[in-house]
Amino acid sequence: MTKDMIHAEKLIYEYDKRDEEGNVIGSERAVDGVDIDVPQGSFVAILGHNGSGKSTLAKHMNAILVPTGGTMWVDGRDTKDPDELWNVRQSAGMVFQNPDNQIIGTVVEEDVGFGPENLGVPTDEIWQRVEESLRTVGMFERRKDSPNKLSGGQKQRVAIAGVLAMEPKCLVLDEPTAMLDPNGRREVIRAVEKLRREKKVTVILITHYMEEVIDADQVFVMDGGHIVMHGTPREIFSRVDDLKAYRMDVPQVTMLAEELRKRGVDIPRGILRRDELVEALCRLH
Amino acid sequence: MIRDITIGQYYPAESRIHRLDPRVKIICTLVFLVSLFIQNSLLGYVIATVYLGAVIRLSKVPLKFIVKGLKPIVILLLFTVVMNLFLTQGGETLIHFWIFTITENGLRASVFMAVRLMYLVAGSSIMTFTTSPNGLTDGMEKLLHPLNRINVPVHEVAMMMSIALRFIPILLEETDKIMKAQQARGADFESGNLIQRAKAMVPILVPLFVSAFRRANDLAMAMESRCYHGGDGRTKMKPLRYKGRDRAAYILTLIYIVVIFVVGRYVPFKLWIF
Amino acid sequence: MSIALEHVNYVYSPGTAYEKHALKDVSFEIPQGQFVGIIGHTGSGKSTLIQHLNGLVKATSGKVIYEGQNIYEEGYNMRELRSQVGLVFQYPEYQLFEVDVISDVCFGPKNQGLSPEECEKNAREALELVGFPEKYYKQSPFELSGGQKRRVAIAGVLAMKPKVLILDEPTAGLDPKGRDEILDQVEKLHKETGMTVILVSHSMEDIAKYVERIIVMNHGEKMLDGTPKEVFRHYKELEKVGLAAPQVTYVMHDLKERGFDVSPDATTIQEAADEIMRALDLAGERRKEEKRDTQDSDKEEHL
Repeated sequence: MTKDMIHAEKLIYEYDKRDEEGNVIGSERAVDGVDIDVPQGSFVAILGHNGSGKSTLAKHMNAILVPTGGTMWVDGRDTKDPDELWNVRQSAGMVFQNPDNQIIGTVVEEDVGFGPENLGVPTDEIWQRVEESLRTVGMFERRKDSPNKLSGGQKQRVAIAGVLAMEPKCLVLDEPTAMLDPNGRREVIRAVEKLRREKKVTVILITHYMEEVIDADQVFVMDGGHIVMHGTPREIFSRVDDLKAYRMDVPQVTMLAEELRKRGVDIPRGILRRDELVEALCRLH
Repeated sequence: MIRDITIGQYYPAESRIHRLDPRVKIICTLVFLVSLFIQNSLLGYVIATVYLGAVIRLSKVPLKFIVKGLKPIVILLLFTVVMNLFLTQGGETLIHFWIFTITENGLRASVFMAVRLMYLVAGSSIMTFTTSPNGLTDGMEKLLHPLNRINVPVHEVAMMMSIALRFIPILLEETDKIMKAQQARGADFESGNLIQRAKAMVPILVPLFVSAFRRANDLAMAMESRCYHGGDGRTKMKPLRYKGRDRAAYILTLIYIVVIFVVGRYVPFKLWIF
Repeated sequence: MSIALEHVNYVYSPGTAYEKHALKDVSFEIPQGQFVGIIGHTGSGKSTLIQHLNGLVKATSGKVIYEGQNIYEEGYNMRELRSQVGLVFQYPEYQLFEVDVISDVCFGPKNQGLSPEECEKNAREALELVGFPEKYYKQSPFELSGGQKRRVAIAGVLAMKPKVLILDEPTAGLDPKGRDEILDQVEKLHKETGMTVILVSHSMEDIAKYVERIIVMNHGEKMLDGTPKEVFRHYKELEKVGLAAPQVTYVMHDLKERGFDVSPDATTIQEAADEIMRALDLAGERRKEEKRDTQDSDKEEHL
C-alpha cells in the first residue's frame, strides 16, 4: 500500500442494463480497468465528456458506489469494507453538480452543521467548525440566510463549507461549476484554490471546463470508462487533436496558439495562458 | 402567481418570537388554535386578536406577509362565509329575499367562522415564519420523542418534514417554469371544461414528478455522502434548552387560554353582540 | 417584419418586500432573419426580457411590437404569437413528458390545432432540423442522453414552425462537443430557414463565433447593442459589470500594447490568427528591409 490519498487498481464498475419490463438484458461498464493515484495534498483534475465515466469514478472515492471489480483505497481504507464506510466518507468529502439538490438545511449555517452533527461532534465544536468553514469560502456573512436566496456560486460555496466542516483530508468535486454562470464558476474555483492553499486539502476536480484545470498537478482524461490521457496540464493541452477526438475542448488561447502553429508560426506547444502566448509572439516580432 | 404562496416559509429576522424555543412556539400555536374553538363571543375574539396582534408585532414579520399567506384560502373562506350566512338559522331575520334568508345568527356565524379561519392560518403561519424549518422539526422531534418507545421513527419523520419544507419553494418555482415552458409550446391551462383542464395538467405534472424524483435521488446521495445514517449517534448544532423567556411565554399563553376559557364559558354572548 | 420592444419596463412583485425593477426602459428592434446574442450576468434581466417577446410576461409599461402590431392590444391572439415566437427555456429537457420522442414533439403542433398527420409531419421535420436520428423517434425521451434530450426539446418548439426562435442558454450543462454540435445545428437552421434566432448565453466565445449582433443587458437596462466587434471594443466596461470579452480579444489588446500592428477587434480564433499572421509578415518584411538597408549602408561604407 502506498501513502496515496486515493489509490485505485483495475477499478471496474459494471451495472445491469434492463429492458422496459426490468429484465436484465446485459451489462455495461461505466468504469473499466482504471488505475489512479492521487498523492496527499495534490490537485488532480479529471476531464471527460458527459457519459465518459468520470462521475461514476468520482462516486467511488466517497463509497457511494463500490467497485464491482478491482479495488479503491481512500486514505488507505478499502471502500468495500462496510466497517470503514463512514471513515471513508468523512475523509473524502464530496460536492455535487446541482447546487439545489445537495443543500439539506434551510438556513446556511444549519446546512454546514449537518455533516458534523452526523459525525457526533460536540455542539460547541460544531459551531467552531461551521464558522471556520464558512469563513474559508467567504460565506460567513450569509450564515443566517435561506439557501434559496443565494446565487448558484454562493450555494456551491456553502456546499463546499458543508463538506469542509467534516474536516476531510480530501475534497472530491464532481462538476461543481457545470450549472453556474462565469461569475459563479470563478467564485467556486477561487474558493477551492484558497482552501487548497490554506488547508492543504487534497483536491480532485471533475470538470469539462479546461480553464479550471490549468493549475492542476496532474490531469486525467477519461473516455468510455478508461483513462485515455494522463499528464501535466501542459502535456495534455499540447495534444489538441487528441483532446478533440475525446469530445474535449482546450482554452481559446491554446486553440489560437495551435492555429498559429498550423500556419507555420514557430511557437511552443501546450500554451495555457494569455501572457505565455503574448510573450512567445513578442519573441518572434 | 404561484410564488406568492407564503405558507410554510421562514422569514429571517431577529425578534423575541424568533428566539423562542421551537417547542414553545409549537405548543403555544396549538393552544391558540384550540382557543379559537372553545369560545364564540365578541369579547373572546377581541382577546384572541390582542394576543395574535401582539405576537405578530413582536415577531417583526410584516403584516403584509401574513395577509399574503391568507390568499390561498380565499376560496375556502368565501365558501364558508356563504354557507354559514345562508344556512344558519335562528335569531332575528335581517334580510329576506326570494329563497334566501339572512338571520342574525347566520351573520354572526359567518363572520366568526371567517375570523376563525383567518386566525387559524395566520397563527400557524406566524409559527413557520419565525421558526426555521429545522428548528420546527427539532421541536417536533423533541416533543414527540416519547413515541420512539413504541417504535415510531420520530427522527426520520422529522427529517422528512424538514426536507419537504426546504423543497417547497424550489418545486413551486419549478412548477412555474414548467408551466411557462409548456405555454410557450401553446399549452392552454385556462380554458376548457374540467376534464380538459385536468388533462392539461399532465404536461406539468409528469415533468414535475420526474424532477422531484431526480432531486430526491440527488439529495439522498448528498446526505449519505455527508455521513447521514439516521438519528443514532447524532449530535445537535442547536440543542433545545428552555430559557427564561420560554417559561415567560408559556405563562403568558397559559393566562391567555384561561381568560379565553372563562370568557367563553361565563360571559353571556348576548351582552357582547355588536 | 420584425420584433421590437418600445420603452418596456417591468416591475416584479410590485408593492411587496421583493419588489424589483427587472427591466428599465428597454427598446430595440430585431429585423426578421437576424442572429442576435443577448448577454448579461445572472439577474441582469435577460430571462425576463425574452419572456416579454412571446407574451409570457406582460410589461408593466411600454409596448412589444410583433410584425407591426402591439401585442398588448385587446383581442391580440397570444397563442398565435407564441407559435410564431418560439421560446426554448434553459434546461428544456425538463419539460419533456410524453411516452415517446415523436409524441412529445407533436405537443406544440397539437396545441396549434393541426391534424394528427400534419402534427407528425411537422414533428418529423423539426427533429430532422435538429439532427435527431430517426431510429430513436419511438424511444422514451427520458432514456436519451443529455444532448439528445435537448435536441428533442428544441424540436418541440421548432415543430410549431416559428419565425423567431429564442434559445435561453441552450448549451448549459453540455460538454464541449455537445455544445458545439447544438450551436452548429442552430447556425445551420438559421441559414436554411431564414428564421430570426435570439441566443442567450454566458459564453462570450460562443456568442462571438455565431451571432451578427449583440445586446448586452445590465441591471435591467440595455447597456450595449451592436456587432460583436463594436460591443467587445468596450471590454473594460463589460468587465466592470462582471462580463468579459472573448479571450482572444484580450490577446489582441495585449499584442497591440506590445507594439504589434494588429487591430484589436478580432473576436474569433480565425480572425485573431489572420491578424497575427498579417502583423508577423509585416514585421518580417520590415526586418528584411532593415537588413537590406543596413547591408546597403555597409556596402556604402566599404566603398
